[in-house]
Amino acid sequence: MIPETFIQIGLAVLTFCSALCLYRIARGPTAPDRTVAIDILGTLVVGYCCLMAVRTRQDYYINIAIAWALISFIGTLALAKYLEGRSYDA
Amino acid sequence: MLETVACWIIGVGLAFDLFGCIGLIRLPDVYNRAQAATKCVTLGTCTVLAGVAVLAFGGEGGAVLGSMGVKALLCMVFVLVTSPVAAHAVCRGAYLSGVRLWPGSVVDEFAARAGEVRASQARQEGAGEDEEAETA
Repeated sequence: MIPETFIQIGLAVLTFCSALCLYRIARGPTAPDRTVAIDILGTLVVGYCCLMAVRTRQDYYINIAIAWALISFIGTLALAKYLEGRSYDA
Repeated sequence: MLETVACWIIGVGLAFDLFGCIGLIRLPDVYNRAQAATKCVTLGTCTVLAGVAVLAFGGEGGAVLGSMGVKALLCMVFVLVTSPVAAHAVCRGAYLSGVRLWPGSVVDEFAARAGEVRASQARQEGAGEDEEAETA
């Protein structure tokens, strides 16, 4: 099986990436900056879930990853339509 | 052997994630940030998922890890399809909401098309208001 220290280093790297995204969400001068950072944060969480699945050897983490990717995509599209100034049903 | 290969694949994916997020911090405007972060993080996360799939198909885990591999491949395809679409929609929304390009940008190919899009949106909104007035 894959060594535990490798998984721990991977989780640390992803946590650092999430911190960078959170910095961009807090700072980022315009609304689209924040939207892009939220989208990236969702994609990072998918990777995080996969590493947790390998670490704990439980496969339900992958289900969480799939659901998270789906919800993140829909949320980002809704935010993009809001930015574009269109109504949500058109 | 197969675990070493999976470790390398996951490591490469994590490096792509890290560089994408550094680009999200360092680059000057929304469009640069979106292209750096989206491409790098999409490829990085897909590579991590591919590494997990290799581990699940080749490892000694048995039935549980086998179903994990199929789900990891499914999730990889889904992320690969949806993440660029979402970034495209956000960048289009950013341009139409009036965010300026970085002053050092050399080309703006969407400028002419954006005018048409804004005009058609204004026409649609005008038509919608007329309909509302008639129904009222």
